[in-house]
Amino acid sequence: MAAINQLPPPRRRGLNLKPSQRETVAFYIFILPWLLGFVIFTLGPMLASAYLSLTEFSIMSPPKWVGLLNFQQMFQTKLFWQSMYNTLYMVALDLPLGLVAALGAALLLNQKLRGVNVFRSIFYLPVLIPAIANILLWVWIFDKDAGILNTIIKSVGLPPQPWLTSEIWSKPSLIFMNLWAVGGAMLIFLAGLKGIPQELHEAAKIDGASAWQAFWKITLPLLSPTILFMLVIGVIGEFQIFTQGYILGGGPNFSTTFYVLLLFNNAFRYLKMGYASAMAWVLFAITLVITLAVFRSTPYWVYYESERRR
Amino acid sequence: MTVKTQTQTQTQSGSLARIFNSRKNYLKVPWWQYLLALFLSVLFLFPLYWMGSTSLKTMEQAYAFPPVWIPNPIMWENYVRIFTELPFALFTLNSLIITVLNTIGVTFSAAFVAFGFARLRAKGRDVLFIILISTIMLPYQVILVPTFLLFKYLGWINTFGPLIVPAFFGGGAFNIFLLRQFFMGIPFEYDEAAIMDGAGWFRIFWSIILPMAKPALTAVAVLNIVYVWTDFFGPLIYLNDLNKMTLAVGLAFLRGQHSAVLTLLMAGSMLSTIPMLIVFFLAQRYFVSGIQLGGIKG
Repeated sequence: MAAINQLPPPRRRGLNLKPSQRETVAFYIFILPWLLGFVIFTLGPMLASAYLSLTEFSIMSPPKWVGLLNFQQMFQTKLFWQSMYNTLYMVALDLPLGLVAALGAALLLNQKLRGVNVFRSIFYLPVLIPAIANILLWVWIFDKDAGILNTIIKSVGLPPQPWLTSEIWSKPSLIFMNLWAVGGAMLIFLAGLKGIPQELHEAAKIDGASAWQAFWKITLPLLSPTILFMLVIGVIGEFQIFTQGYILGGGPNFSTTFYVLLLFNNAFRYLKMGYASAMAWVLFAITLVITLAVFRSTPYWVYYESERRR
Repeated sequence: MTVKTQTQTQTQSGSLARIFNSRKNYLKVPWWQYLLALFLSVLFLFPLYWMGSTSLKTMEQAYAFPPVWIPNPIMWENYVRIFTELPFALFTLNSLIITVLNTIGVTFSAAFVAFGFARLRAKGRDVLFIILISTIMLPYQVILVPTFLLFKYLGWINTFGPLIVPAFFGGGAFNIFLLRQFFMGIPFEYDEAAIMDGAGWFRIFWSIILPMAKPALTAVAVLNIVYVWTDFFGPLIYLNDLNKMTLAVGLAFLRGQHSAVLTLLMAGSMLSTIPMLIVFFLAQRYFVSGIQLGGIKG
């Protein structure tokens, strides 16, 4: 990098600039698309959204300043807390179960199985199914009367369940459905496992460690940065759940009215744009707090090899 | 010591192991792991099979008890019907247009911006890069309402504009980050040699870096194709007319109609899934490399 400055300047065009100045100009030209996009599609809307969250705004008439009223109303609405509960339910159950399943699948398919690439592809296939096709399929599989799941359950003599049409079962059904799509997380764990030097496992074996011990003392610590990454994007992802709740109409009895679905309904169904913006900022604050808490906890469980080297 | 452990595993796994692992490379893997992998594969494939088989059944067979495992007769007519009676040809075309144009925008503009961040030095670069990275954390909902209003004032509601044009403005922070990582791995001697030869920065980007970054660009493009094709939220907000809808929203819309027919919905679902399967089988290795490129090294 340092060598670049000592080089003769690129061909001169018009302006008489020093090479480092030319480089600066070039830099800003190259990042211009993003810089414009950032101002137009991120920074501007962010400021506008912060303002709108303090107003009452239904598109039809100009925004009316209401101060913190939106937030006050929000915290007093039962459905807001219901949607928060539904979402946190998924964070608490869907996320850890998904990560454990993905890690299990990755460990299995990290073995030198014959045809391992075929297995990996098969495990990954469900990830490629568009969310909408996915939920339509599972609505059919979970169908109370003619669904294949209840047919199988009945045939082994167990009582059929109402699955997606029951307040109690709807979220567990969605978790089950999401387990089917662990392939994406599995692939990331596989990449992480590939990064663990083989010698460590061989050395442990020579020292007489069991596979179980090697997993807890070698694999898991060395995989912890990957787990951290998956945890952070996982929390953000769980808070973004939308399509499934939307197709299920937010029911039964609001049990699949997730946070973003409620936000969407407020914005585009009831045209409460100010209120929806306020909800968005609360969402941002929550994800930020949880993510920071996860990062704060890293010294206790995340192992970085570079730390040791320094 | 090592020899002993190996013989132990061999005797433990028993005779089945010899059938499964006839070649010595695979000796170490116990038989039950094959069984588990096979069992899970069936579990993973079954729902997809069920979508496909329902899409090829008559309505009576779809709801029949006991369930019909293999459709008979095979109702290819279901697929003809979604194209003739329902606007699925148009949905597919719309999805295709949006996916292709968006992906072109994302790949090239992300590469352009990433080049700046990876290979050029300037005052303010590091601050701007931190801003770029922090936008990855921003939930889309925070900017949802004003962005919608912006497109509304521009008169772009019910056009493909909101789903394509923003892609040309940087192509997303995560993609820029991904490509920057890759560009930084290319030796800087190439740039120096090119400058000696009198090439400008744009020339270096276009003729040296881009050709060398083809695998990374393909990875970004492929992951973006899947992302845009399967996107539901964007088209749901911006596209209202039936003839503007993509496959994803079109399917959801038709499901909401009273006339929704299960076998046709499954045929439509298959139709929206198959292109992704094709992309996956054509570009399999880029899915993996795209993930590795993310540099989840902590």
